[in-house]
Parts: sequence; C-alpha cells; structure tokens
Amino acid sequence: MTSSNAARLDPAFTALPYEQLGDAALQRARDLGATYADFRFELIAGQTIATRDRELEAVTNTETTGYAVRLIHKGAWGFASGVDFTPDAAAATAARAIEVAATFAALNSEPVELAEEQAHTGTWISRYEIDPFQVDDAEKIDFLLGLAETALGSGKVQHMMARLMQVKECKYFAGMDGSRIAQQRVRLQSDFQAVRIDPSTGAFESMTPAAPPVGRGWEYCASQYPFARHAEEIPELLEEKMASPSVEPGRYDLVIHPTNLWLTIHESIGHSTELDRVLGYEANYAGTSFATLDKLNTLQFGSPVMNVTGDRVAEHGLSTVGFDDEGVEAQTWDIIRDGVLVGYQLNRQMALKQGFGRSNGCAFADEPGHVPLQRMPNVSLLPSETDITLEDLIGGVEDGIYIVGNNSWSIDMQRYNFQFTGQKFFRIRGGKIDGQLKDVAYQAKTTDFWNSMEAVGGPSTYVLGGAFNCGKGQPGQIAPVSHGAPAALFRGVNILNTSKEAGR
Amino acid sequence: MSEIPAILERVLSMSKADACIVIGARRSTANVRWANNTSTTNGLAESEDLVIISIIDERVGTIARNHFPDEQLEDLVRESEAACDGKPAAEDAMPLLEGDGTPPADWSAPPAATTLGVFRGFSEGLADLFGRASSTGMKLFGYAEHETTTYWLATSSGLRKRYTQPAGKVEITGKSNDYLRSSWTGQVTTTFTDLDLEGMYAKLEQRLDWSKTMLKLEPGRYEVLLEPAAVADMGLYQMYESAARDADEGRTVFSKPGGGNRIGEKLMAGSVSLYSDPHEPDLEVLPFSLAMGSSSFQSVFDNGLETGRSEWVRDGVLRALITTRYWAQRTGAPGPVPFVPNMIMPGDGPSLDDMIARTKRALLVTSFWYIREVDPQTLLLTGLTRDGVFLIEDGEVKGAVNNFRYNMSPVQMFANVTEVGSSVPTATREFEIALCKFPAVRVRDFFMSSVSEAT
Repeated sequence: MTSSNAARLDPAFTALPYEQLGDAALQRARDLGATYADFRFELIAGQTIATRDRELEAVTNTETTGYAVRLIHKGAWGFASGVDFTPDAAAATAARAIEVAATFAALNSEPVELAEEQAHTGTWISRYEIDPFQVDDAEKIDFLLGLAETALGSGKVQHMMARLMQVKECKYFAGMDGSRIAQQRVRLQSDFQAVRIDPSTGAFESMTPAAPPVGRGWEYCASQYPFARHAEEIPELLEEKMASPSVEPGRYDLVIHPTNLWLTIHESIGHSTELDRVLGYEANYAGTSFATLDKLNTLQFGSPVMNVTGDRVAEHGLSTVGFDDEGVEAQTWDIIRDGVLVGYQLNRQMALKQGFGRSNGCAFADEPGHVPLQRMPNVSLLPSETDITLEDLIGGVEDGIYIVGNNSWSIDMQRYNFQFTGQKFFRIRGGKIDGQLKDVAYQAKTTDFWNSMEAVGGPSTYVLGGAFNCGKGQPGQIAPVSHGAPAALFRGVNILNTSKEAGR
Repeated sequence: MSEIPAILERVLSMSKADACIVIGARRSTANVRWANNTSTTNGLAESEDLVIISIIDERVGTIARNHFPDEQLEDLVRESEAACDGKPAAEDAMPLLEGDGTPPADWSAPPAATTLGVFRGFSEGLADLFGRASSTGMKLFGYAEHETTTYWLATSSGLRKRYTQPAGKVEITGKSNDYLRSSWTGQVTTTFTDLDLEGMYAKLEQRLDWSKTMLKLEPGRYEVLLEPAAVADMGLYQMYESAARDADEGRTVFSKPGGGNRIGEKLMAGSVSLYSDPHEPDLEVLPFSLAMGSSSFQSVFDNGLETGRSEWVRDGVLRALITTRYWAQRTGAPGPVPFVPNMIMPGDGPSLDDMIARTKRALLVTSFWYIREVDPQTLLLTGLTRDGVFLIEDGEVKGAVNNFRYNMSPVQMFANVTEVGSSVPTATREFEIALCKFPAVRVRDFFMSSVSEAT
C-alpha cells in the first residue's frame, strides 16, 4: 500500500540501517527458537515552543531513535530494546528478548498466541502539506507571540500562555512472517490560554480556544485554523464570563459542542471499549471497564441516535496509520450501533483468545523502548444523516446550557462516573443563547448520559477533536488520538457549581 | 555504549557558544507486569540521553538526543547553536552557576545498571502468591519496576556534577474473581531485597475480607481516614501547583488578592508540615537542579543549583513556593527555592490501627485516582476513591462502602486535618515517580460529591 500523499519518507530516517538490523534480529530470534518475532525501529522528532506573555519561555528539540525486538518463546512474551545500530547489537537484543521470555515463562499460566494477519509490505505517509520541521523557529515564535500581542493588547487580559507542539514519527516494522513496512506521520498541536484577573478581589478566570490537535503540518497554524480570530475574541468573552452569573446547580438540557464532547467520548466510550481493560490487564493502573464481554450486542450504551466507530484511517486523525505496531492493516469498525455496544478495540493476542478473529489493529507503542499495548483508535460519534444544525439543536432547548471547549476532566476506573468542565458556557432560554455562565461542571454516569442524548447534529456541526497525550500502561505510555463528533443535545444532565463544590 | 563523561567534555570543547550546558543520563530499567494471576508484559531497557543547551547573547538553543554516536557530536553541537538563531533573548537569563572544573571522584566510574537478576527472589515469591490467590478466589494484578539512572552535568562555567538515582516499586491489586471487591497496596524499594510481599498479600486479604459486607452510602461531607498513598497524591498535586511566579501573577490558590503571594499565612491545620529534602534518609534524590527547558517551575540557567531542604508548610503556615533564581532576583524574594523530586509530611502519631480504634464514625480511604484540577482559584481537585473505602463505626470496620467522586482542594483538606498518624515511605498511585513519606491523616468534612459504581 502506498499513500497518494506527495510527501516522502524523511531522508534522515531512510539513511538509517533499519532493514539490516531487522534482518539480523529476526534471524537470531528464529535461530533461538522464537515462534513469533517482530522488529520495530523508530525515529521520533519532537519540538515544543512555549511563550509566556510577550516572552519566549522555552524551545526544546528532541529526537528519539532506537529499536526493539518483541517475540514469543516458550509461550511467553519477551521484549528488549537497543540503541546500538549494528547488526550484531540487533541480534544480541533479540537474544536478550529470548532471555526475558525464558525468565518470565514460569509466571505465565497461559501460552501467548496471536490472531492471523497476512504479511504486508509497503510505505505509508500521513497527509500533510508543510513539514513543520522545515519551518523556521522564528516564524513559529512570531506566530505565538503575535497571538499573545493580540490578546494582551486588548487590555482585558493580564496573561497569555501559548504553545506549539509538533511531532514527526518515522517507523519501520519487520516481522518473522515477512512483513516489511515503513511509515511516517506528522502531527501538530497549538493552543493558548488567556487569563483575566480582577486585582481588587483576586478572582481570576481563563479561557482557551480548545483548538483540536491534528494530523496536519504547519499549514494548520499558518492558514487553516482561526487562531487569530480566537485571540481577538477571547479577551472580550473572558471579560463577559467573569461578570456572568454563577450557575445554579441542578438538572439542565445541554447542547454540547464537539470541542467539548470529544473528551467525553474519549473517556467514557473510548476507554470503556478497550478490550485489554475489559479483560483486567489494566486493573492495577488505568482500570477496568463496565462494558464487559457478556454485554456485547445487548448493552444499551446510549440512545438509538448514537452510532460510534473505531478507525485508524480518518484523514488527519491522530491515531491514523497504515498499519499498527503488530503489522495489522488499518481498518474501520462499529463500536456502538443504534445505541447498542457491538465492538471492542483489539490487538492480535486478544482477538484470537476472545474469538473475534482478526485484530482490528489497535496495537501501538509510544517509543522504541516500550512494548506495544492495545491503544485507542480514532473513536468517533457519527453525525446525523440529515443536516441538523447547531441552531436547530439550541432551538430545541427551552432552558439549558450550551457548552464549548474542553477543560477539566475525570472519570472513574470502571468508566461509570465522570465530571467535566468546559471553556465557555452559554445560557439557553427559549431556544436562544442568552449570555454566559460560569462555574459549570457536568457530572453523570456514562450510560445515563449517552441514553439522554436526544439528537446529534449533522455534518455541518462535525469537528475532529483529540489529544496528544492519552495515558495508559505501566511503564506509562502516551498515545495521540482523535475523536470526531457532531454537536449533540442531551436532556436533564446534572450540573454542579464548582465554586459551591469547593465550599465557597 | 558510549562514555558519557568524555562526551560531555568533548561537547564543551567543541562549543562556540557564549555558554554551554550539557546533561547526560544513562538509564537501566527492568519491569514486569501481571494480571489475573499471570504475567502479561515485561521489559528490559538500557537508554542514554544527551541534552545540549547552547546560550548565545542570552538566547537559548536546546536539543536532546537518545542516539549520539561520536561522529555526530560536532553536528549536534552546531545544531544546538543554530537553534539560538532567530530567537528573542531568554526572559530568565542569568549568569550560569560557576564551578572550578574539577569533576567529582566518581565522575568517570562505570554507571550502575539493573538486570533481571534483581527480580530473582521476587518473581518466585510472586509465583507463589499467584498460586495461593488462585486457590482462594482472588486475582492479582500489578507491576514491579526497578530502575537506575545516572545523571551527569557539565557546564562551560566549570560545573561538573554526577548523581545516581535508584528507584523501584511494587504495586499489587487484589480482586475477588467477580471483580466486585478490590484492594490495592504498594511498596517502594530500591533493592527488591527489603520487600514485604507477605505483608502486602496479608493486607489485600484483610481488605477483601472486610469487603464481604458491602454498604451503600450517599454523597456528603464525611470524616475520613486517608491512607498515606491518598494523602501523598493530594500533597504532590499541591506541590506541582506551587510555583512562586504563578502565585505572584495572581493565578493560583497561593496568590494574594491585590498582588503577591500568601507565604506567611496559616492556610492549613497546625499539625501539618510539608517539606522536600534531597538528603532525606531512604528518600535521597537528585541534590541539584536539572532543567531542559524553562518554566515558572524551573530555569535552564539554574542547572546545577544545589538543592537542600525546602519547608513548604510548617505548622500549617505556608513557608515557601518554588522559585527560580530569575524570579527571586526580579521580585526580591529570598531564594531561589528549587524543586526537589521528593516530598515528606512528618508524623509520629498513632498507627492506622490505633486511629481506626479511636474512631466514632468515619470512612477509611485506601487510595485516590484520576485527580484533576477543576478550579485553580481554590485548587479544587476532583478524583475518585479507589480499591477500598470502608465504614468505621465505634472503632471497628463495618464493611466496604461504594466508591465516591470527591471535589476537594488539598489546601482545604490539609486545613481540615484533625489527626496525623505515623509517617512511612509511601508508594503513590496517581504520580508515578515521586519518592514520598506520608502519614495516614484524619480529615473532617471531606466532600464526597457523587457516588461511583466502579468496583
């Protein structure tokens, strides 16, 4: 499979001897009796730029290169990583992985076996226009400081923190089965936070545009996302928010914008349908799930308008790849159909053991030294087929709140009880926006919340949101993931007043 | 593997910048993870890092690499210098700290490494526990990790520093076969020879036994006995939100209305003290600052700054906030007060058993999870109780209670402390890396905001 993208694999990556190292490692694994082995080589370049008010705070440039051998020997996993780029060292790493498997085989009560996947060969590159690593730092710093100047120049905010993060991930995967896959993807996140302080009382509020991170290049900042407009509008919105009434706690109808709803999808649907959580693999850390296997095809997860897919193919998605870190080709599948739980996120081991057949390709490791885990695909709530607009949704609410932008989030270890705040809260009265509110949090049980969803907006309301830093596993790993969502209408959701929660 | 101390010297000798800071690290880790009484993943890794920070006309250029063969060093040095181009001068620019160029005696000694051998006795003990758990209807989940990291710092201003940081921990979750009862315990260890696996297992059994009676309670304000892991995660969250600059700028719970910060104010109960100290016995940590990038929390210009004991809170009074050299100079604050990666809450009070025995009615909380900031104004945090909430009445544990979501600021929590137990080395849950010593504490009016059905 080759991408239609014009971009090429980074020459700094293709200059590295990953093919020879992979051949040497896999040969040694085979010689030492491994029944399965794969070799993964990665070059991950990252840059973070932070500005604080009108000053540059920090620029860091990182590059992580290395490889790992993962194999099955005596029915147990063995994993070892290396950074020495000679065939002998790669072979020795394979031998270390064999030793690790032998050491832990005694702790293993079930032999590891994997679902079938045909061997793949090819190159895949994500879709972007301007490689952000080819853009001068000065241009990026000017971009961030320009946003700060716009907001601070209004005189309505005292502080502005702006940030840009960019990643280029180059990866080579080789399997003992013959797979040989090279991939490259680019992602970028930029956002800012404006802070307004009332010096007389010490009260303060902040606001961000909650700009989605994306699998795009510098074009996202340069021309696609309206950062400058947000920098102009937010100081005034923040002034209005601080003067707005504190919310009266109680039950409200909510219209939730996709810039907020993506995170609720991530936490309550994305994590609860990870099969490794369901099976207890994360019980000591990230937690388990209420969406257990016995509920597959019967659990009314949400209302009939709820349709959710998992995919690793969405254009500009952060979890989008050509092939996962077990060599499985990217796919799209149903997780929730007409409100009913119908699917999970799989890797090859769980797919076979639980009788799902083929893996749907959710294995990912965040760096060469880490073991691939089952990580989240893009998990997205589908829009309605008819074009229900945002105005239609708001028009259907007599007395409620319209919530925009993600902020604080927390959910329990089985993914029942969540509590989220937001960036902007607008009062809805008689189907119309009527000023802002502050101190709002919504709290619910996952299935109650999604069953209270009366309507989803149409394609015109759809936004692909997401995060760079979803955490899971021990040792901890992070993963980038996108979540598409339309705006949606929920009835009778519990609203807390965060100031009252603090006992004030 | 390359020789980091020699690489640092070579980088400095190649540097054409006004000043140069080079940080090297070598990390050796071994880990094993298990679930449902069987091992799942494991790993053995050696890694190295090199950070080159070039400073030209107060502009900073920073690059970090984990792969830096000799023949590429010159290019990396030039790359970090080129990274200064087109940047404004750093706001926090200060002269680098000076040394006489003499390396410490162990500067070039081989770095310590960990091997799978560290788990030898432990994995046998664990296999035994798997067998015992299986035969009694319990499932074990958990993680063990051993890590040794050696850090080197060399600067063009003559600093040469090295430190070796051992770290390790074991965490075990025990669940009934139906996952409806759950308990957790953790222990910090740097050797794996001082582990009390039997004691950990006994605690899991005791808690699952207590959970045979399941009680339902409503949200509300409760007296709670928080085990050390729960206290530590709240204390650490507070420390990570305690930069002096953020407070002085008016945007944290430690800001004083009208300007400045609340140092000197009694914000917490008189029985509460919190400090960090790199030389705390058994919790020794890096005794100098290392920073790759600047923030309100740290400054690249402070690299190599000797750290010592910092009293954050003494007898309930806020005594210090994390302060860089730049911010101390700009505000005239006494300082700097560098971040230190450990935290201690002293306590020589009663044991947890004694605290339970003298309780009229309270909830005993094992640990917290998914702690996030809801409102920076009050440092209101939300989170969940996890793996064991128990109702104590008249000095006895009556049974397990449903989990709760709480909404509570650590500042308010420490203000509501009515009894401090005995401080012990503490494995934290939410924060993975910190070395801590915390006591169990009794807190009045802890706000459990809603019920969580999670088990």
